[in-house]
Amino acid sequence: MNMKYDNNVKLMKGNEALAEAAIRAEIDGYFGYPITPQSEILEYLSKNFNEEDGVVLQAESEIAAINMVYGAAGSGKRVMTSTSSPGMSLMLEGISYITAAQLPCLLVNVSRGGPGLGTIQPSQADYFQSTKGGGHGDYRLIVLAPNSVQEMADFVFDAIYLAEKYRNPALILSDGTLGQMMEKVRLPEKGSLPKSIPEWAAKGKIKNKERNIIYTSAVDPTVMENLNKELQNKYALLQQEVRYELSQIEDAEILIVAFGLSARICSKAQEMANDNGLSVGLLRPITLYPFPSDTIYKLAQKVQAILVVELSAGQMVEDVKLVVNGSCPVFFHGRMGGEVPTPDEIFFELKKITDKQAVKN
Amino acid sequence: MIRGTIKVDTEICKGCELCITACPQKSLGLSNNINSHGFKYVELIQDNCTGCINCALVCPDSAITVYRQSKNSIKQNKKVTV
Amino acid sequence: MINKCEIEDLELVYEKPKTLTDTPMHYCPGCGHGVINKLIMEVIDELKIQDKTVGVAPVGCAVFEYRYMDIDMIEAPHGRASAVATGVKRVNPDKYVFSYQGDGDLAAIGTSETIHTVNRGENILMLFINNAIYGMTGGQMAPTTLIGQKTSTSPFGRSVKNNGFPLNITELISKLDGAFYVTRHSVHKPNSVRKLKKAIQKSFEYQKENKGTCFIEVISNCPAGWGMTPLKSNEWLEENLIPKYPLGDIKVPTKN
Repeated sequence: MNMKYDNNVKLMKGNEALAEAAIRAEIDGYFGYPITPQSEILEYLSKNFNEEDGVVLQAESEIAAINMVYGAAGSGKRVMTSTSSPGMSLMLEGISYITAAQLPCLLVNVSRGGPGLGTIQPSQADYFQSTKGGGHGDYRLIVLAPNSVQEMADFVFDAIYLAEKYRNPALILSDGTLGQMMEKVRLPEKGSLPKSIPEWAAKGKIKNKERNIIYTSAVDPTVMENLNKELQNKYALLQQEVRYELSQIEDAEILIVAFGLSARICSKAQEMANDNGLSVGLLRPITLYPFPSDTIYKLAQKVQAILVVELSAGQMVEDVKLVVNGSCPVFFHGRMGGEVPTPDEIFFELKKITDKQAVKN
Repeated sequence: MIRGTIKVDTEICKGCELCITACPQKSLGLSNNINSHGFKYVELIQDNCTGCINCALVCPDSAITVYRQSKNSIKQNKKVTV
Repeated sequence: MINKCEIEDLELVYEKPKTLTDTPMHYCPGCGHGVINKLIMEVIDELKIQDKTVGVAPVGCAVFEYRYMDIDMIEAPHGRASAVATGVKRVNPDKYVFSYQGDGDLAAIGTSETIHTVNRGENILMLFINNAIYGMTGGQMAPTTLIGQKTSTSPFGRSVKNNGFPLNITELISKLDGAFYVTRHSVHKPNSVRKLKKAIQKSFEYQKENKGTCFIEVISNCPAGWGMTPLKSNEWLEENLIPKYPLGDIKVPTKN
C-alpha cells in the first residue's frame, strides 16, 4: 500500500479522525448504531459523507447494522461499521457469518468498561472477544490496536487493505479514551487504496458464468471441514502480517508488554523507571491477531521478567504466558471497569518486580 | 377440443399428487412404477389433456412440461390423432 | 399409461424456467416452496433481469434456495434477510433485490428487521412464506401458528394463555408509510399461482421505479410439518389458514 498524506496537520478527536479516514479510504457504505463512546463516527459520517460516494445508514440495531454490512460486503463493496463493547456483543453472530463467507469489511470497536452495561470509560476487556473469534465457530479477525489519534486514522487504511487481501473482516480495537481524545493528526489522502469489484461478489449473475453465492452452510460435514481448513490456512498465511513496536529492549531486564492505550501509559512508566536506574523495555503489539508470539518468545529468553499491563482483569497476559511457556516469570497489572492506571502505579509494579527478581538472584 | 399433452420428468416427480387434483380433465394419475428415489410418479391416464398447464403451475418440483397443438393447427382444424 | 401423443404441430406451452437450475429441490413432496421458487425465477426470466438480481435467503427451508435459483444469492443469518437485503440494495441501487423469508424468520426472530426495513421503505421485494410452522427444524410452533394448532412445541395445541395470539405481521407492516405494495397470496390452486406471479411481476416493476417496499405474503403448506398428505394439507390450508389470513391486496399503490 502506497500511503500519501495530507500536508495539513489537524487537531481532531480519535473518532472523527477515524471517520474522516474512512471517507478518504473511499468506503462505499457505513452501517451503524449510536453507542457511546463512538457515536462521533456515525455523526461525522452523517454530516460529511458525500451521498454520491455511497451510503451512511443508521440501522435499528447493531444486529441489523452488521447484517447490512454482510449484504453490502457480499456484493463486493467496501463497507464498515463501528460500535462499542455491548454493541460488539450483538454483532458477533453476523461477524461469524461474514468471516465464514470470507468477506472483507472494516469493524471498529471503541471499547468501554464492562461487563454488562458497564461504563463509557476506556477498557481493553474485549481482547478475548476480539482476538479469539468472539462469536461461534473457529474463526479469527484481523485485529489492529491503535494507540494514538494518528493511528486511529492510519489503521483504517491498514485494516481495509488487510481485510481485502485476505477476504476476512479486520477489526480496529480502540477504546473510549482514544476515541474521545484530541491530538494532532495528518490524514491519509484519497487514492491510497485501489478499489475494484471482486469476481466473487454477489452483484448480479454475469452471462455464461457461474453464479456467485455467498453462503456459510453445508449439509455434508466434509464440505464444512474443508471450508474450515480454508479459513485456517488463511490464518496461517496471515501470521506474516504481524506488527509490533519495540522500545529500549537492548539490555532490558524487564519487558513490558502492552497494547493500545495501556502501552501509551506504560511508555511513560518505562521512562520513569529507566530514569531511576531500572532497565525496562516495551513491546507494543500493533496487531493483536496475528499476535507477535515469536518476538515475545525470543525476548523472554533474554529478560528477567515480563510485566503485562492491560485495562482488564488480564486477558492478553494469557497469550503472553502461553508464548513465554515458563522461560521467565510473567507478572500482570490491570485496571478494570473503565479505570486507567497511572504511570506511577506501573512504575511501582516495575520496582516490585525488580525487588523480587533481585531477591531470587 | 384443443389437444395437448405433458411430459413428466419422472426422476424429479415426488408423487405429491397436487397436479392430479389440479387437472380439470382428470387426465393424470399415479403410476404403479416408482422412480429411483422411491416415489411413484405421475403420468397421463387418459388421452383428454388440453394442455391447460394447471398441473405444471402447481407442480412444486417443476417436473411437468406442457405441449399444446399449435394455434395454426387449431385454425386449420387439422385432424388430431392421439 | 398413455404413451404416444401424436399431435401434429405440437407447441411448447409451459416448461421449467431457464433461470431455475437442474438441481432437484430438497423440499418435501407437495411443499409450496417449490412453486414459489419457480414463480420468482419465471418472473426474473421474463423480465430479463437475471444479471441484475440478487436474492437473499435466510435460515429455514429457504436456506438452500441458492441451489435452485440461477442468480447471485446471499445466504443470511436467521431473521436478518431484510437487513442483508438492505445492505445489498443501498450500495447497489441499480440492482433488483429480494428477500425470501419464512414465518419464524420474518415474524419472530427478525421482527425488528422486518418492521424497520419496511418503515424505511427499502426499495426491495420481501417475500414472506407463511406456513404457520417451523418446517426446517422439525415442526415447532411459529408466530403465525393458529390457536389450537398442534406442533412439536405446542403438542396440545397453541393456547392463548401460554403462547399468545397468531401474529398477523402483514397487516401490521401494511400500516407503515414505507410499505408501497402489500398483498397476500397462496399457491394451492392453479389460479392462485397465476395471481401470485402477477404480484411478483408488479413488485419488480415497482422496484424499478424506486417506489418503496413491496411485501408479498404467501400462505403455504407444510405437509410434513402438519403431518398431512399434500392434498390434505391444501384442504386444511383453505379451511383454516385462509380464514385467519385472508387472501388479496392489503395495500395497493394509490392512483395519482
